[in-house]
Amino acid sequence: MKSSHMRHRQQQFGFSLLTLMTLFTVIPIAGVVIYILILGTPAINWEFLTGFPREGMRAGGIWPAIVGTFYLTLGTSVFAVPFGIGAAIYLSEYASDNRATQLIRIAIINLAGIPSVVYGLFGLGLFVLFLNFGTSILAGSLTLSIMTLPVIISTTEEALRAVPQAFRTVSISVGATKWQTIRRIVLPQALPGILTGVILGLERAAGETAPILFTVAAFFLPRLPNSPLDATMALPYHLYVISTQVPGMPIKIQYGTALVLLVFVLSMNIIATSIRSRARARRQW
Amino acid sequence: MNKISIQNYSLQYSDGTESLRNISLEIPANQITVVFGPAGGGKSSLLRVLNRLNDLADVIHQEGNVYLDSVDILSNKLDVINLRRQVGMVFARPVVLPFSIRQNLTYGLEVAGEKDTERLNYAVENSLHKAALWEEVKDRLDDPAIALSGGQQQRLCLARVLALEPEVILLDEPTSGLDPISTGKVEASLQDLKRDYTIILVPHSVQQAARTADLAVFLLQGELVETARGEVMFTNPQDQRTEDYIQGRFG
Repeated sequence: MKSSHMRHRQQQFGFSLLTLMTLFTVIPIAGVVIYILILGTPAINWEFLTGFPREGMRAGGIWPAIVGTFYLTLGTSVFAVPFGIGAAIYLSEYASDNRATQLIRIAIINLAGIPSVVYGLFGLGLFVLFLNFGTSILAGSLTLSIMTLPVIISTTEEALRAVPQAFRTVSISVGATKWQTIRRIVLPQALPGILTGVILGLERAAGETAPILFTVAAFFLPRLPNSPLDATMALPYHLYVISTQVPGMPIKIQYGTALVLLVFVLSMNIIATSIRSRARARRQW
Repeated sequence: MNKISIQNYSLQYSDGTESLRNISLEIPANQITVVFGPAGGGKSSLLRVLNRLNDLADVIHQEGNVYLDSVDILSNKLDVINLRRQVGMVFARPVVLPFSIRQNLTYGLEVAGEKDTERLNYAVENSLHKAALWEEVKDRLDDPAIALSGGQQQRLCLARVLALEPEVILLDEPTSGLDPISTGKVEASLQDLKRDYTIILVPHSVQQAARTADLAVFLLQGELVETARGEVMFTNPQDQRTEDYIQGRFG
């Protein structure tokens, strides 16, 4: 039999090891953020944020790319949010648990695992060419929507399922219809969870390069889009372009662009997290 | 004339758990009918027939007839929403909706389309009085209902049913999670309420059954063993199984 001193030492060792492993997962993330902050901050000024690129993108600003990414995120939400939430409500509240719905669920889960470049090619084939939307914000938003849908559907479904079943039973028992129950009780209670899922889904869409590569993104387009059928620059693709395609690119501008994209995505993440934690604190069940 | 008439009613769920076999029962108005027996005997199922809450469950077989004031409530053509307003239900665990106290009471009326503030306010006050909760909550009607104690929550659930001005009230072990004092309050309310309502209670103990029953119904494994007036049932049961259960020889 081991002495208790020995067991204590083992436990200490175990804890230290786990702490170390946790730290190692944080270090790369913190490292990336700090690295980009250090190299990118000097580029950030008013002209960089609100100006158009000049001299073959080696000078000037990234305003068209910021606007483009904003429009694409907005466009994605227009399509993905209603369809995603609608599908989730159907699956969670209406669909009976049979083979067909199981198949749909499996399809949704697998959809989430498809590499984003495949979505890009699919979008090119369907929206750009077949439906003849051209390389446009419309085609790009639709492509990003399809990629975002599984995230929104599964997080929304999860949020709906978390609402206690007893609320539904009680509501039905006092004479509410199923839809009244969903609209007045289930949806409001699930809303924070749904919002979190939506924002996390959109955040992913905002940061993706591959799906917009063939469907919307312009290499260099120093003007703002006028309609959903215009192509546009976008932050992730712009970053790819200035990092690999333009010789003699000042490193400051590359990291400045990365920083702006990072802030864009991180702030969405922070909003989502704070919605979630606030709702948890207020929740009555 | 009896309020509810159940004739040769049988029920089976898809998972085969609980079922009812050939139940015939007349439930009188303005009395407390107590349906008691060991767990899994079909007591809850029987209650859920009466407000068609079984529509939400996986029922694979159903036969026989159930009438409420000679209306066939099993009919496909029945307005189920209307039935559920006529036949209110209080569940075993108090489930307050995630709203204020007031909204818990107005919810049923609002989903039925009531918008008149005065009538809603009247319903709130009136139902709280009837459930003996008014004095305790009158100054905090807009507080979250979840802040109430367990006993208060259960009386709020009763008030929520009363706000709809139903005719029949179903109570499925309404005091199973309550302390004796709260239980006493609920039982006292029921004695007052039976003047205006038909009450069907699934008690959480034989003692509660004996305390409250005008009419007592003993259900055992989906079968109706015996029906008798409360004072007869608990002193002089006819069936050996009823006697064994009341004496505590099984259960």
